[in-house]
Amino acid sequence: MADFADPELVQLLTPEGERIEHPDYRFDGDDETIAGFYRDLVLSRRIDTEATALQRHGELGIWASLLGQEASQIGSGRALAPQDFVFPTYREHGVAWCRGLDPAALLHLFRGVDQSGWDPAAYNFGLYTIVIGAQTLHATGYAMGVQLDDAVGTGEQGRDTAVVAYFGDGATSQGDVNEAFVWASVTNAPVVFFCQNNQWAISEPTTRQTRVPLYQRAAGFGFPGVRVDGNDVLAVHAVTTEALQRAREGSGPSLIEAYTYRMGAHTTTDDPTRYRHSDEVERWKLRDPIERVRAYLRRVHAVDDAFFDDVDAEAEALGERLRTECRQLPDPDPAKLFDLVYAEQTPELAAQRDELAEWLATEVA
Amino acid sequence: MTTMTMAKALNSGLRRAMENDDKVVLMGEDIGRLGGVFRITDGLQKDFGENKVIDTPLAESGIVGTAVGMALRGYRPVVEIQFDGFVYPAYDQIVSQVAKFRYRSGGRQAMPIVIRIPYGGGIGAVEHHSESPEAQFVHTAGLKVVSCSNPADAYWMVQQAIACDDPVVFLEPKRLYHSAKGDVDVDEPPAPLFASRVIRPGTTATVLAYGPSVSIAMGAASAGEADGLDLEVIDLRTLSPFDLEPVYESVRRTGRAVVVHEAHRTLGTGAEIAARITEDCFYSLEAPVLRVTGYDTPYPPSRVEETYLPDLDRVLDAVDRSLGW
Ligand SMILES: Cc1ncc(C[n+]2csc(CCOP(=O)(O)OP(=O)(O)O)c2C)c(N)n1
Repeated sequence: MADFADPELVQLLTPEGERIEHPDYRFDGDDETIAGFYRDLVLSRRIDTEATALQRHGELGIWASLLGQEASQIGSGRALAPQDFVFPTYREHGVAWCRGLDPAALLHLFRGVDQSGWDPAAYNFGLYTIVIGAQTLHATGYAMGVQLDDAVGTGEQGRDTAVVAYFGDGATSQGDVNEAFVWASVTNAPVVFFCQNNQWAISEPTTRQTRVPLYQRAAGFGFPGVRVDGNDVLAVHAVTTEALQRAREGSGPSLIEAYTYRMGAHTTTDDPTRYRHSDEVERWKLRDPIERVRAYLRRVHAVDDAFFDDVDAEAEALGERLRTECRQLPDPDPAKLFDLVYAEQTPELAAQRDELAEWLATEVA
Repeated sequence: MTTMTMAKALNSGLRRAMENDDKVVLMGEDIGRLGGVFRITDGLQKDFGENKVIDTPLAESGIVGTAVGMALRGYRPVVEIQFDGFVYPAYDQIVSQVAKFRYRSGGRQAMPIVIRIPYGGGIGAVEHHSESPEAQFVHTAGLKVVSCSNPADAYWMVQQAIACDDPVVFLEPKRLYHSAKGDVDVDEPPAPLFASRVIRPGTTATVLAYGPSVSIAMGAASAGEADGLDLEVIDLRTLSPFDLEPVYESVRRTGRAVVVHEAHRTLGTGAEIAARITEDCFYSLEAPVLRVTGYDTPYPPSRVEETYLPDLDRVLDAVDRSLGW
């Protein structure tokens, strides 16, 4: 499988924090933007460590960690325009952050008080999707709707819309993902398929899903695929910006394979020591997505020490807030659950709701 | 008032829904130039364009999954599954996504999708072309399931289903597409979508049916007259939610109920209806609720489907057994 020496891997910032050139992709932002990315990376990691700790303390039922994947998520998330729409899996906490979602809302699903916690339409950020690959079709259908709305290829900024579907390397084996590729291709839908290849689908390595590099799959469906260093926030940003632009201008779908690594367990219920070697994890630690940005910022003296201290303090405060707010999330009202099933309530459900209410009343009495 | 086949009624109903609401989009295999394998969408692509009557790739999960995305963008997709036996590749999207979206989104997201399925047997088809999967969908919270049995209902119910903000599995009895002809009053909707209806009043026993079995039940009622039977027939029309009040009212009068459907017997819709009648009308019952159904085998080769399908004699025999209790 590919490694960092892979010539096909787009990289713009080395693990040592040096900017490098690529013939096809360029990062256009200034150092201030990069400092902003640094803040996003640190805060999204903090959300993750806090949530993991909350799970350990029994406050969350489960948590799917993004540790190690911050650059893939921030790099792509910061490339989005407000009108773009995201269809995530269950691990896109960093993308959610970029969409302006309050991180506390992410905890609802994992605490078991709600199945979403946010209004997708308010953030253009869809529901977390547990069934692997299902959302890639939703993204494609949404993108077809965008086409019907003439919100693609008009040249009007703020109108032309791209749709992004996030998924993992394991998901590429699913029928739905392959159907979504076919669909998006033949309808030329403005959708960007963003695969975070974090090397593992629970215990199964990518070699259990594919014998060709995943980005090459796109060619067979008739659209471009690119592999980017998923731990390089600048490269991910550059590559995603281009793919989104392609989609918005009406040039159709593309596939991005962000080559990254899941540093933690699959979820808090998983034990990765049963299936992978610690030296692999150690190797990837040297490619930490945050460290290289910090190294760059220091190298070019883009920020002073106070900046790093401020970001750390902000992260601390965010963690503290999440801790408090998580514990305060109220349990759902059981009676209300019956009202969420249909737009038009059915007599059967109304009767069952009343039955439960009566039962609960006798229990209290 | 115009006389139409059920196929024509569905076609006209879809056309009118598209005229009334430009968010309505049809998607499916072969529904465009061909007009669908049953020609239900005949001429619609010509009039509404390829963007509104969309010939899809040959992938059922994709048809339903992209419909979910379309609905999220504000459209009202009406998807056609070519035949009942091919809905299963889409089953995950229907059950896990379409049905649960409203609930998962805390009531924020409507999922106004209609999934049209030509269903049931009696047309001498090869395997996978004659199935009755309704119980699978009735057993799924979040879906609504209806079936029409005559052209007037077909015309109106399909429009009502499209207007509904909940996902509706719309079962079209394919053997009635061309054989059921009837008057359609395009000004006067016959009944709300989620309502059952007494279509023949009677006193001896209540016969319950829906979709393709309605004509069997009506045939049995006519044939029974010669033997002095006065059967009440109810067209259930809606299976999720059930509209059982008219059924209870009827059974309380007749004291007897026979449920007819083509689908397998075990855990079929008839089982639920029998349980509900027993719970709610126990003291009015003169006999257990009986079922006349397909058997618990895969749908048989077509040369023996007549044996498999409920027919007039099996219905009358069940009525006799009920009366003999
Ligand atoms: C259809 C389906 N099958 C199995 C599972 C159980 N499961 C949850 S996550 C996962 C692995 C997914 O791997 P990948 O797509 O690489 O994404 P990652 O979690 O690594 O980001 C599996 C098998 C599921 N959620 N959905």
